[in-house]
Amino acid sequence: MAFQPVILWTDALIYLLLGLAAAMVWYTRRHEHLAAPWQRVARSRTGQAAMVVLLFYVVVGVLDTLHFNPKSGVDDQGEPIYSTEVLSLFDHIAGSLRTQREKTYSAPFATHLFSKENIEQPDGSMLRDYPRLIYGGAHLQLGDDSKLQDIALKALSGALKGGAVWLMLLIVICRANRDRLARLLGGRLRNPWHVGAWTAFGLALLLGALWELSAFYHVLGTDKVGEGVFFQSLKSIRTGLVIGTLTTLVMLPAAILLGIMAGYFRGWVDDVIQYLYTTLNSIPGVLLIAAAVLMMQIYMSNHEDDFNSVTERADLRLLFLCLILGVTSWTSLCRLLRGEALKLKELEYVQAARAFGVGNFRILLRHVLPNVMHIVLITIVLDFSGLVLAEAVLSYINIGVDPATNSWGNMINGARLELAREPVVWWSLLAAFVFMFTLVLAANLFSDVVRDAFDPRLRQQR
Amino acid sequence: MRGSRILHAISWLGMAFLAGCEGQAWNDPYRAGASAGPVFFSSFSERPKHLDPARSYSSNEWAFISQVYEPPLQYHFLARPYALVPQTAARLPEIRHYGHDGSLLSADAPAADVAYTDYILRIRPGIRYQPHPALALRDDGNPAYWPLVPEMLDRVNRLSDFPLTGTRELTAADYLYQIKRLAYSPNHSPIASLMAEHIRGFADFAEYAKAAHDALRDNGEPGQWLDLRSIDMAGLEEIDRYAFRIRIERKYPQFIFWLAMNFFSPMPWEAERFYSQPGLDDKNINLNWYPIGTGPFMLTENNPNLRMVLERNPNFHGELYPTEGPEQDRREGLLDDAGKPMPFIERAVYALEKEAIPRWNKFLQGYYDNSGIGSDSFDQAVQFGSAGEASLTDAMREKGIQLSTAVETSVFYAGFNMLDPVVGGDSERARLLRQAIAIAVDFEEFISIFRNGRGESAQSPLPPGIFGHRDGEQGVNPVTHVWRNGSARRRDISDARRLLEQAGYPEGRDPKTGGPLILYYDTPAAGPDSKAMLQWYRKQLEKLGIELVIRATDYNRFQDKMLKGTSQIFSWGWNADYPDPENFFFLLYGPNGKVESKGENAANFKNAEFDRLFLTMKDLPNGSERQKIIDRMVEILRQESPWMFGFFPKAFSLHHAWFQNSKPHLMANNTLKYKRVDGAARASAQEAWNRPVLWPLGALAVVLIVSILPAIRGFIARERSRAL
Amino acid sequence: MTAYIVRRMLYALPILLGVNALTFVLFFVVNSPDDMARMHLGNKRVTAEAVQAWKQEHGYEKPLLINHSAQGADMLTDTILYEKSLRLFLFDFGQSDSGRDISHDISQRMWPSLAIAVPTLLVGLAVNITFALLLAFFRASYLDFWGVVLCVAMMSISSLFYIIGGQFLVGKLLNLVPISGYDTGLHAWKFMVLPVVVGIVGSIGSGTRWYRTLFLEEIHRDYVRSARAKGLSEHWVLFRHVLRNALIPILTGVVVVLPLLFIGSLLTESFFGIPGLGSYTIDAINRQDFAIVRAMVFLGAVLYIIGLLLTDISYTMVDPRVRLD
Repeated sequence: MAFQPVILWTDALIYLLLGLAAAMVWYTRRHEHLAAPWQRVARSRTGQAAMVVLLFYVVVGVLDTLHFNPKSGVDDQGEPIYSTEVLSLFDHIAGSLRTQREKTYSAPFATHLFSKENIEQPDGSMLRDYPRLIYGGAHLQLGDDSKLQDIALKALSGALKGGAVWLMLLIVICRANRDRLARLLGGRLRNPWHVGAWTAFGLALLLGALWELSAFYHVLGTDKVGEGVFFQSLKSIRTGLVIGTLTTLVMLPAAILLGIMAGYFRGWVDDVIQYLYTTLNSIPGVLLIAAAVLMMQIYMSNHEDDFNSVTERADLRLLFLCLILGVTSWTSLCRLLRGEALKLKELEYVQAARAFGVGNFRILLRHVLPNVMHIVLITIVLDFSGLVLAEAVLSYINIGVDPATNSWGNMINGARLELAREPVVWWSLLAAFVFMFTLVLAANLFSDVVRDAFDPRLRQQR
Repeated sequence: MRGSRILHAISWLGMAFLAGCEGQAWNDPYRAGASAGPVFFSSFSERPKHLDPARSYSSNEWAFISQVYEPPLQYHFLARPYALVPQTAARLPEIRHYGHDGSLLSADAPAADVAYTDYILRIRPGIRYQPHPALALRDDGNPAYWPLVPEMLDRVNRLSDFPLTGTRELTAADYLYQIKRLAYSPNHSPIASLMAEHIRGFADFAEYAKAAHDALRDNGEPGQWLDLRSIDMAGLEEIDRYAFRIRIERKYPQFIFWLAMNFFSPMPWEAERFYSQPGLDDKNINLNWYPIGTGPFMLTENNPNLRMVLERNPNFHGELYPTEGPEQDRREGLLDDAGKPMPFIERAVYALEKEAIPRWNKFLQGYYDNSGIGSDSFDQAVQFGSAGEASLTDAMREKGIQLSTAVETSVFYAGFNMLDPVVGGDSERARLLRQAIAIAVDFEEFISIFRNGRGESAQSPLPPGIFGHRDGEQGVNPVTHVWRNGSARRRDISDARRLLEQAGYPEGRDPKTGGPLILYYDTPAAGPDSKAMLQWYRKQLEKLGIELVIRATDYNRFQDKMLKGTSQIFSWGWNADYPDPENFFFLLYGPNGKVESKGENAANFKNAEFDRLFLTMKDLPNGSERQKIIDRMVEILRQESPWMFGFFPKAFSLHHAWFQNSKPHLMANNTLKYKRVDGAARASAQEAWNRPVLWPLGALAVVLIVSILPAIRGFIARERSRAL
Repeated sequence: MTAYIVRRMLYALPILLGVNALTFVLFFVVNSPDDMARMHLGNKRVTAEAVQAWKQEHGYEKPLLINHSAQGADMLTDTILYEKSLRLFLFDFGQSDSGRDISHDISQRMWPSLAIAVPTLLVGLAVNITFALLLAFFRASYLDFWGVVLCVAMMSISSLFYIIGGQFLVGKLLNLVPISGYDTGLHAWKFMVLPVVVGIVGSIGSGTRWYRTLFLEEIHRDYVRSARAKGLSEHWVLFRHVLRNALIPILTGVVVVLPLLFIGSLLTESFFGIPGLGSYTIDAINRQDFAIVRAMVFLGAVLYIIGLLLTDISYTMVDPRVRLD
């Protein structure tokens, strides 16, 4: 085998999350009343556009989750030796994006470094000038003025390729039926699928152009050690998604269980659980997170042998951050669920089930839990964007993800200093901003749609 | 609508305010008129922890207290190499060596023959302390604030709330009192254990004073003042009111440098008695926050959350600006003030500025008189000429900003833990491995990426300006560099690969595992900038096929690891205490091993010959004999490679045209008294540079008005449609 | 009423105990006193004796929970738990690990925090309610739709961007106000402008959207319909009825954060160099000054609980239907 698969902790949880999502989709499709709200989501134009954007992020994130050790050689017996370096499928696909490193800063589409350096001339004298980049625009002749033209041509051809891929995908989806394709793109279906399709078209053009260009240029420039900012931004997607989703995943069991138990059983159970979340709630979140992050660092240095690579350490820190954020954020959901369970308990069918002597556990599982799931779902989508934003703030206080992890927070944090440069190094900040903004905006719009679709009270008011 | 009305009112109020401070730039962070006179403005980034001279051991604290406290000696402001001159002392100390039989020896007597050394210091009479409540006397001659009456205590929040102040003359006893304070364990002096080795009777005194302290505490009077004058230290003697003697065990020529450091400043015992009174500590009124000295300035406002203000000490004994200096200084105008009485500045205001960006911007706006240069604002300020010489950019020159540079007396290095089984030890394999890595880690590149060229690649542990440092071809480290075209060039990576192969790691492959050799780099770094740096280290070893694993932890854990000796490769720096090679070589002296004795030898390097040479070298006076030994020591270090020597940082600092007599001095911190500020020039520059740009506000207002009109139309239309 | 308040305060006790226990575990299990000592003594010439002496001076040499070497009640009181944690209940915060009195520092630093936080809250409230009323007035129109989209977009921008951008634009390019810093008394006003404006702009997105939802909820109530049926004009309906009734949730939302204003904003204060409690906390985290962090955690919890209490009381004042019993 040319590689050896690696499953990091967060990978495992992401697989679990994907499995759960798949199971839910399967279950929802078979139940009309559960599928109905999703139909409403699909009927929203905003929802369609947001969904396509989110899908793009998820695909990148999942590709970046499939980790492996590449083969680095063969030993005496002909057995393959694997490098300890952990790569992901995304790294593999990105290929040259990852490896083409310059020395230090260079602006987007630049052919020269951003700062002057002493260059040794062939005759031994020194010249102070902007050195030529190793990779960026390396195919251009020196003194060539055709850079703009070259960029335009490459962007056009890339966009065409992107468009072609998009068309092929659509043809596959429509099972090569021309009439169906025309109806889809013309918006003549019951749901506005055409909005999604055209959003995807725009995205495909953009990505195609960027992809084509990135083989020849650093489309978003390079950072202080010469790593491509475009690559970093893409790699950061996984971190953002992990924080946004795994945090909720790890806190869900506790929040759901405790929440409905408190509401259903009342009495001392309720008191204990209420006490628990009020106590946790009253500690300012940042302080709790700071203290816990310090604790984890100590655990890590005491158990050094367990983590033999940077990736593993960074991964565990990421996971731990999710756990801590989960601890500080489960209380609000718990309180909501408690209130809902209180109401549900008084409903006739629950009372009837109790009268028939159905066990408490069974009632919770069959009658209460399914009826609070919409609240859980709404909370998940609503929390997502907040968590992605929180990551950036935590990085500022140095209690965020590992500095070796690619994340928008780390990029912004680094960019603080870059802004003071003159001329300003703006591309890292802009890239982080654009990528994060797009994700959070899409998530916010999507969550609005989901909430409207699932919350019947709101729906009536519209 | 209500909201916008409030906004409107606020902006109107703002305008009224602004009109009130005519002539002052809008973005001036100081009060009107504050910056007109001979006032110095600067910033500090971290609040000082200790301003007690017995305890303070970091340059950001010394920036304040060195202006207040006066040790007997100081460094000459202009002379290079660094030279000591008297400060409160009448002349340099008289040093007498005595043999084991108590006979007086000559100054160049060999160290083995010397049993003890006397330092005899005579201070100038008539020097008085700054006005301070601890020295205030009532009419009847008793201290005004000792004991403190409770009503007084209630009214006091800061030291300046005490209405009465007083002063008294500086005496030799005050210096002796401070040395005793160094030994008194509740003061936590960082040099106590070092001085215990040198000053006679220091350790005994420390023990006795500690016992007395504990007895006092157990008697149920915590915080009670222990009068250290009542306990004697064998090595200290008050000769008369103005002269004293310190007796040093054996020979310790470096001791004279300590006499120029704040640890040996005078401390009036009245101050300690005053501060020890109950209730003052709860208001942060203590020696740690309110220094008392004889120096040119006194700390009048101490708000580490906001700003620190130094003001001219009215009782200052007076000192004249040096009249001698190198010819170049004369040309640059550094001797224009020769012979004039100092200080030239009335007040110095230091504002708390934690973030680099605002600090830099305020400097450019003219609100700080001087500034360092952050790595990220470097290109804006400095450019290099074709010969590699640094000069200011045109933008800076237009503003009249000036640049001064100096190679720091410090070294930044990457060390190998010599106790580690892989990189450490005395085997040929490990030595070659270390040498190969030392070639591969390209510190020239490090300097150019992370320090914008502000550094000099180190060929030995001794920075320039320290005796024993060699320049040019003689100074090249043959293990890692070669001399070519008039400069030291790092050896080609192929040389490193060859060494690595000889060490038994062909292409960086570990024969035990068959995979690449894995090494570990320990670092306490966690900031945004460190990520790039860590990546860089990995890239360096990748060149050899070695995989470097970064173990980043917090500072505590890192310290812990160093103490336990479980690290492998690490980087560290050292800032010289005094300009002597001993202060660098002791970082590699075997008995100072970090693991063995918690010393400063972080690499745990131990080499019998080196240790022997070190002992000889440290007691020798500067001269050819010392140079010869140093050359041999450096040679051992290069061969053994316990350090990759790294680089000597270069300090670049900028100052505005109105700030004069600015010559960097890396040993002295008490340089504020030499500085001169032209307040009028600054005020006009500030006004010229900070004209507010108002059109965007106007544009915003226009956009608002324009967009309100259709909104009102829509409002009316909607009102109608609803009404129907 | 009094009985209710007393009862609520008693209820707060076990919560504070829980907070205290949690912080104790976090702070003393996480970093041993040895680590703290080394941290605070600096890295030059630190010996084992110095570490020991530091611990002794700061009272960290005692056992954590039970002192076996002591007699009687001292077994429990002569411990770190009692000395460092339980003392907090008396609001005796003791000395910070760098030797400053914490209570004194807090009493000084809360004023700058308030000076920034109160105007931000009040002006922000006014601005947000204005915008929300505007959107509610034009509901279900294009203005409303794009207004909401704009709000969501503004919500999606990290607060760091507002701060960095504000400093860059207003302070550096336009030279309107000092970039950072603070001054005491009335002179503080020119340092307050930028942080307050940035704080308000940063809160417009989420604030406006939230109040709009509240107003829309009220608009659909029956009494509003009947008021409109009486022929009252639309803006009159909005002001007289909708705004007044929506005030209850708005007020309770504000009251609960009032006490927390003392703590200030962590980010804003450290970026603008304002010597408030927020930057105090951040500094303490960075310097690992556990005594301060502990004190701030406790203070934060107390203020939060006070906020909850105030909310309950304010409910009864605004809405006579709610009874406390």
